[in-house]
Amino acid sequence: MGKTLTGGDIVCEALLNEGVDIVFGLPGGAILPLYGVLGRYPDLRHVLVRHEQGAAHAADGYARASGKVGVAFATSGPGATNLITGLATAMMDSVPIVAITGQVGRAAIGTDAFQETDITGATLPVTKHNYLITRVEDVGPTIHEAFHIARTGRPGPVLIDIPKDVMQEVGTYDYKRDSQINLPGYRIPTAAPDEQIDAAVELINQAERPVFLAGHGVIISRAYDELKELAEKAQIPVVTTLLGISGFPENHPLHVGFPGMHGEAYASLALDDSDLIIAAGSRFDDRIVGNVNEFATRSKKIHIDIDPAEIGKAVPVDAAVVGNLKHVLAQMVPKANRGSRPEWIRHVEQLKSDHPSLHIPETGNLSGQHVVRGLSNVTKGNAIICTGVGQHQMWAAQHYRFTEPNSWLCSGGLGTMGYEVPSAIGAQLALPESLVWSICGDGGFQMTMMELATAVENRLPVKYAILNNNHLGMITQWQELFYMGDTQADAYTANPDFVKLADAFGMKGMRIDDIDDVESAIEEANAHPGPVIVDFVIEKVEHVYPMIPAGGSIKDLMEDTRV
Amino acid sequence: MSTQSKFEARTVTALVEDRPGVLARIAGLCRRRGLNIASLAVGRSENPGLSRLTFVLEGPPSVVDQCAAQLERLVNVIEAHDITNMNHIWRELALVKVKTTTETRVEVLELSRVFRANIIDIGANSVTLELTGGREKIDSLITLLDRFGIIEVMRTGRVAVLRGTLFEGEEDGQFQANRNWANGVPHEYHITPGVSGSV
Repeated sequence: MGKTLTGGDIVCEALLNEGVDIVFGLPGGAILPLYGVLGRYPDLRHVLVRHEQGAAHAADGYARASGKVGVAFATSGPGATNLITGLATAMMDSVPIVAITGQVGRAAIGTDAFQETDITGATLPVTKHNYLITRVEDVGPTIHEAFHIARTGRPGPVLIDIPKDVMQEVGTYDYKRDSQINLPGYRIPTAAPDEQIDAAVELINQAERPVFLAGHGVIISRAYDELKELAEKAQIPVVTTLLGISGFPENHPLHVGFPGMHGEAYASLALDDSDLIIAAGSRFDDRIVGNVNEFATRSKKIHIDIDPAEIGKAVPVDAAVVGNLKHVLAQMVPKANRGSRPEWIRHVEQLKSDHPSLHIPETGNLSGQHVVRGLSNVTKGNAIICTGVGQHQMWAAQHYRFTEPNSWLCSGGLGTMGYEVPSAIGAQLALPESLVWSICGDGGFQMTMMELATAVENRLPVKYAILNNNHLGMITQWQELFYMGDTQADAYTANPDFVKLADAFGMKGMRIDDIDDVESAIEEANAHPGPVIVDFVIEKVEHVYPMIPAGGSIKDLMEDTRV
Repeated sequence: MSTQSKFEARTVTALVEDRPGVLARIAGLCRRRGLNIASLAVGRSENPGLSRLTFVLEGPPSVVDQCAAQLERLVNVIEAHDITNMNHIWRELALVKVKTTTETRVEVLELSRVFRANIIDIGANSVTLELTGGREKIDSLITLLDRFGIIEVMRTGRVAVLRGTLFEGEEDGQFQANRNWANGVPHEYHITPGVSGSV
């Protein structure tokens, strides 16, 4: 027989049984019955955010960094709707989050009550699954089911909406392990069928110019060793996608780079020159593919994915393998022939030297590339790097030399400005011993900078590097290149003084505008025991190159003419 | 993938949990992926707690090819199969209320006899017919009845099941007529459990 508890207590007990130790949230009326009992569970640490979007992003950062499920609490109505950007970010990047929202009492649902929103309706497209609980007996089983769904298969966010009176009501609770969960419509692919493996391996063994397109799946399934083993055995160069970065060591001779819109030219060219692309846990995103009719026309494609609905979605494929990437690669290793492809490897090396995409043009002024290069040098590629979206993200992806698995957290699919501030807080809580650097744009930083208070409050030594060009840099770039240079709406003419802002939040602040001061500033920030903002004042009109415009192909590749 | 490409229709059957909100999830998914639900029939299945759906979905080929796989991503969908290219039988049902006068009634009744429609109601000024069959048959009767004056047409969506196999050891829905007897069943007619679409 289970314990008799209030709904709020059941939530806490169930979270503890799921191994949760940190919850990000912000209380409000409808979720107060949960907050009212939270104090009885000292093993559940509550991190009070300043805005619910921060809770969702921090839970996301925590989940990516730890590999566990991140948890966010919010109240009904505006609290819940504020989570949506964070849920959508996690959905696009397959990040496991469980969000628990308060809802108005059952009798008031559907009456346009104060702070009522149909949040299960609103979050249908941005969650892997969601629930509205209507009976206290369902609270425990639903939470366990939600964690099971969030973390297994292709991970994703799950939202549970609990009416206020359900959390107050008394019911029984039994801990239900994963194996007791009965979800007849939910399948978790693990190993792939042998015939799929054999068909794919045959293509690999026949290929003369194969290349891996290693995506986020490598990191989610922790398939680093298997990827490396297969790449080394069969001698296959590894292109990583934007979210696949840090899934393969960047100091490895077979590492190529990331392809697509702002990837290194040689990575895009390697895909184009290949005769076989092995997409491993990548979904052929439009930022990689561009014009589907002109994408890697001479290569066959193997698509390995845990989600059968991704197969053939973006690009037609020659062989499909549905399974967990770690299992699939392990299945492939013994069947793949020991490869020797010196010509192809030399060709890829030649592409690298013919297209020095990572060469930084020297204008004498500090640029974003200098900052990232400095960070990479000082931290020896060992830091955890968080970014939002835009120029700062692309420079970080290009110039930071990642050597540790899963050390790169950015909003890839949704492209969420502001992700970088709270996600770094989540990552630091997941990895208290690690050095966490958040590389920010001045635009995105101002979308979520209220969470600096959360970092200070929780004594988290996160380092924030603002690549400050007083512009929405990537938007300026697009307007200059594609919209006749009308950039009137993307200049910030009254950005705050970020050093004074650091002081106001109780953090250390520094401003750097000289290339020669970059590395010493980073060293100083690293040595400081608390959180730091370094305001790097960079070139205003620097474009990110290489660039393949949206919907374009390798023929449209633009490289920096100065290098 | 051009958005101008011609739309294709697919007949899809699904077994889903019988609980509130499931249809909204399915409809939302179709909307997000740009699929039009041309017809839909839902009812409780032979399993308690589960409903069976038959849809006709329309969309660009690249999207409709994927529809069963996309539907199976939903936690409440137990299974979904695109049965368009499998050997299946399907029916629709229509209730047609037609204006009649003493002069035209006999002719309407005669038409309904030829179409094997049931007369389910006769009023002073109207007759209501119940017709089951394929879409073309129903369309034809409606066209023929048009000149009498149609008051109301109520049609259900398509319901479909796979044809039963004629041979031991084979799966329902295979096109046995097309079978190459010497070499077994052609590969493309095999149902791959759990993985639908253009795998």
